[in-house]
Amino acid sequence: MEQLASLIAATLSAGTPLLLAGIGLLINERSGILNLGAEGMMLIAAAAGFAVGFHTGSATAGLIAGAVAGVLFSLIFSGLAIGLVTNQYATGLALTLFGAGLSAFAGLAYVGKTVPFQTNFAIPGLSEIPFFGTALFKLHPMVYLALLLTGVVAWVLARTRLGLTIRAVGESPESAHAIGFPVRGIRVGTVAFGGACCGLAGAYLSLIYTPLWVEGMVAGRGWIALALTTFATWKPWRVALGAYLFGSVTMIQFALQAEGVEIASQLLSMLPYIATIVVLALVSRNPAFIRLNMPASLGKPFHP
Amino acid sequence: MLRLEARPVPSKLMGYAAPVIALAITVVFGTLLFLALGKNPAASLRVFFVTPLENARGLSEVALKMIPLLLCSLGLAICYRSNVWNIGAEGQLVVGGVAAGGMALLASPDSTRAFFVLVLLAGMLGGMAWAAITALLRDKFNANEILVSLMLTYVGGLLLIYLVNGPWKDPKGFNFPYSKTFDAAAMVPKLFAGTRLSWGVLIVVVVLAAAWIFLSKSKAGFRLQVAGQAPLAARFAGFSAREGIWASLLLCGALSGLAGALEVAGPLGQLTPQISPGYGFAAIIVAWLGRLHPGGCVFASFIMALIYIGGELSQSRLGLPAAITGVFQGMLLLALLTADTFIHYRLRKA
Repeated sequence: MEQLASLIAATLSAGTPLLLAGIGLLINERSGILNLGAEGMMLIAAAAGFAVGFHTGSATAGLIAGAVAGVLFSLIFSGLAIGLVTNQYATGLALTLFGAGLSAFAGLAYVGKTVPFQTNFAIPGLSEIPFFGTALFKLHPMVYLALLLTGVVAWVLARTRLGLTIRAVGESPESAHAIGFPVRGIRVGTVAFGGACCGLAGAYLSLIYTPLWVEGMVAGRGWIALALTTFATWKPWRVALGAYLFGSVTMIQFALQAEGVEIASQLLSMLPYIATIVVLALVSRNPAFIRLNMPASLGKPFHP
Repeated sequence: MLRLEARPVPSKLMGYAAPVIALAITVVFGTLLFLALGKNPAASLRVFFVTPLENARGLSEVALKMIPLLLCSLGLAICYRSNVWNIGAEGQLVVGGVAAGGMALLASPDSTRAFFVLVLLAGMLGGMAWAAITALLRDKFNANEILVSLMLTYVGGLLLIYLVNGPWKDPKGFNFPYSKTFDAAAMVPKLFAGTRLSWGVLIVVVVLAAAWIFLSKSKAGFRLQVAGQAPLAARFAGFSAREGIWASLLLCGALSGLAGALEVAGPLGQLTPQISPGYGFAAIIVAWLGRLHPGGCVFASFIMALIYIGGELSQSRLGLPAAITGVFQGMLLLALLTADTFIHYRLRKA
């Protein structure tokens, strides 16, 4: 029983970076921008966050640095894809390649170093509850923050004027522009928000989840987060569901290894990637269903 | 204030000038980077653009790096011209290398000298099989090929690591994660003694000519490109988009797999946990920099090979980590995209 509880806790921790990045990318995509640079933004934020956390000794400072790095990196994307109307696919890809290169280069000084940050915070009282205490109330604050963020994003998108504007820009930038909405300004904003979220996710990985810096340590989570938005058909709470689902897939490998099942670790490590492919294929199977839910202008260039 | 104005017709001149401008921008930013790191920029740039070309050995190393880059980029150029966003050439290369390695391990000292042909074929089939998964899921399940091909790259990488740590590990290898070294019959014959260049160079020249004929002169290539770039027109003409997805991915898989096979049965001579320093990803940049044209890809893969070798040299000559290669690769693609804007737009005072 206690084992199951810690498995749930581990799943929530593993799902958190996917949820953070996924929810940021969701806002991006609802405004019509597809940023394939997620992996690069997470990598650069993981390196920057780790460096700041290592030198200041503060996890919070590291997380904030990660978010800032994510925003700065997202501005490169905005400048090109929104300002200069470059192809969004190619620009995002360039950002990922650049982020991978730059983080490997800049992070070299931190390879092999560790940070001593506390990963679990027991909530007084609640954490004493049998089973649920271990499963839900002895986690890092970022886990709860990610859920809170999901709620806020869901509320903003569905219930506020800002959300309506973002959705209008994503469905038809031409109409939104004609009405007088600053389409490009709004998109730069949503991309920056996506950058901040991906940055938080990256810094969470290197400061709290792993916690160390290794080249390429994001290991495709940025891409999985991109797949999550399709899986979630662009609905915030479904991103959370998907993120924890993938978190649990990651945990299966550790659970199996703990049980002494004789499967090579490399084969088990394939699971999240294979799961992404399978889920993506199942969700995308019906093109009409995807078209109905996808922001209509997603990935298309817009020049006023 | 300046603003972008759409050109009535795309500028042909900018189409050719953009890669050169992008290179110039990259050199400028590279200079700034070297200055920031406290290195002499002139000496540093020399390491990247002159030192590798100073002697025969250096030149042969450049050619050696160009082989996988060029093969992958030709495959990717076919994909991108067909509007198929395959970014998994790296995975197709790795799995091609795995298949080639598997075949090579079957060779024995008694094998015929022509055994290496089987190794290369296995590599091509391996790459094709890997690309076929992406094609199948895109065709039958409408799954996004960007994400699928990329996820498969991670799976392929793990497959290789699993094999060299498990079933294919050399029992006499002191527990290192390497396969046994291939028998001579499985290796691609050397072109000149003393260099690491193999017949791979000749194969690439043939592939290059074939790719050019296919893309520019053949009806099959034309159908593919129409299906990708003007789906409606293709439908009226009776060209199928499905055909384009399959043909371009399988071709790219075969070429990337061949690249992997030439690496493992060439310079490497055995399977190691990492058989490619990101050639498949760098080839994406090569394909764009080469304007998705076989001739352009030759020029672009030459530049990219210099960046790779410069990165290796900068470790010993400048005391900078080889990871600087990745920084330059990313900068180059970002600069290229910036310059490409001005093919379709021009700046006007608002």
